[in-house]
Amino acid sequence: MRRVLGSGAVLPILLLSIWAASVHFGLLDVRLWSSPELVLAGGWAVLRDGSLATALMASMKRDLLGFAIGAGLGLPLGLLLARVRLADKLLGPTLNATRQIALFAWVPFLSLWLGNGEQGRVAFIALGAFFPVLLNTHLGAARVEARYLEVARVLCLKPHRKLLKVILPSALPAILTGLRLGLIYAWLATIGAEYMFATTSGVGAMMMDARDLFRMDLVILGMMVIGGVGFGLNALLSHLGHLSLWRGVEQSL
Amino acid sequence: MTDLSHWAQSGLRARRPRLPKFPVLPLRKLKFFTGLAVPAWLFAVWYGVTAAHWVPDQILPAPAAVWEAFGALTRGGDLQTNLWISLSRVGYGFGAGTLAGLLLGAGMGFSDGFARFVRPTFLVISQIPILAWLPFLMLLLGIGEALKIVLVAKAVFTPVTLSTCAGIRDVPARYLELARVLQLSRLNTLRRVVLPAALPQLFSGFRYGLTHAWLSLVAVELLASYEGVGYLMVYSRQLFQLDVMVAIMLVIAAAGLLLDRLLSLGETWLGRRYGGAP
Repeated sequence: MRRVLGSGAVLPILLLSIWAASVHFGLLDVRLWSSPELVLAGGWAVLRDGSLATALMASMKRDLLGFAIGAGLGLPLGLLLARVRLADKLLGPTLNATRQIALFAWVPFLSLWLGNGEQGRVAFIALGAFFPVLLNTHLGAARVEARYLEVARVLCLKPHRKLLKVILPSALPAILTGLRLGLIYAWLATIGAEYMFATTSGVGAMMMDARDLFRMDLVILGMMVIGGVGFGLNALLSHLGHLSLWRGVEQSL
Repeated sequence: MTDLSHWAQSGLRARRPRLPKFPVLPLRKLKFFTGLAVPAWLFAVWYGVTAAHWVPDQILPAPAAVWEAFGALTRGGDLQTNLWISLSRVGYGFGAGTLAGLLLGAGMGFSDGFARFVRPTFLVISQIPILAWLPFLMLLLGIGEALKIVLVAKAVFTPVTLSTCAGIRDVPARYLELARVLQLSRLNTLRRVVLPAALPQLFSGFRYGLTHAWLSLVAVELLASYEGVGYLMVYSRQLFQLDVMVAIMLVIAAAGLLLDRLLSLGETWLGRRYGGAP
């Protein structure tokens, strides 16, 4: 394991040293390419004056709010479409057609309908999370094995018991995949929303401001922060998945 | 024994309450039209609301206005020109990103040593969402054509690399053994064994990449472009021409669908040509 880690570290160290050296010896323009020291110094500065924390909080808040709304709509709708034939027949084609619209094409509409403020942004993020959660929940809940449903029928389970004890547990892996994808898309939409809606708060807005000021160090720092947050959210959700409520049921089934 | 199970089944059936049949039957007969019911209803609401002037045209334009805007856009040639620009950006970016992804993915798939050195770095970089690259690339490349093509290529690169690597790794070892027994040349092993076995995974990567490519292109065109369908949308947004915006949105959806269909046509063609999985 240590050897694997060691060889994985070679390339980043090599790239970092090439970057630092070529800026140091003037092969790359420091104003354009910045340098590892400058990124560290810039990072330290925004960390100390608290502007990074403020931006990160603003971004995370709208990301999680949008995700909660999108996933909160997508999950039950996915279950409904998967278990009720009529609902699938009625809504399935419409939703599939709507899904084809590239996510960012919604931005001009949402900004017109809901304004350039927080409402439009959160609605856009919710839309980003909605479809992955819907699709994967639908996939998981539609593929419940027939023998489990037969057991439920033999035991004469009431509909809500059947949902809780049979359908949800066996759809859980797919639902978790959907939630993870939803979280990834919500984060992408958060960054996009902060670029496109007139925003003054958030990491995306911070990066765009840094670009206007030609501060490459802060742009690179922003990339790292955004990547880190995405990674952290993903890891958190995978961890929650392992602790999940239905795990015992899933194993016993 | 058979009697018993028969009895059990009939017992089961008897316990289930019978559902009234009348609301289900006519819908089942009109199977195809059920899917159209909701869009038709939405369209009727759209038409009714705009015809009654309940909402201003700047919030929701009438269907006829959208159709007219579409006609005006195509007659003037604006739509064709801009759509072509957008599609060729996707084409170049997709080509470049796919090529790079195939090379890196093949390198990581075939060589464990190479993968050990490169994979961690690749995975760390792939954590950065595509839009976070935008300010960085804008500073480095300006907002010209290079920006769009590099961004689209980057969007395609990650999924294609991952799926190529996984596709090659998942080729069953016995196929490769057979190729060795038959003393196939490297090229022939690649063509007759690896490629057909990895094809489904490759195409799932292409597909995901293409969706991402179109998504990122629309985003970058909305933000920093003077051409392309995304720019047309921003332009009409600034003029509050909602009818044009709706028309363009439908075109964007149709173009995304078309790209996806083209790719699945390519997949079936290649699958037939190389005989599918061996």
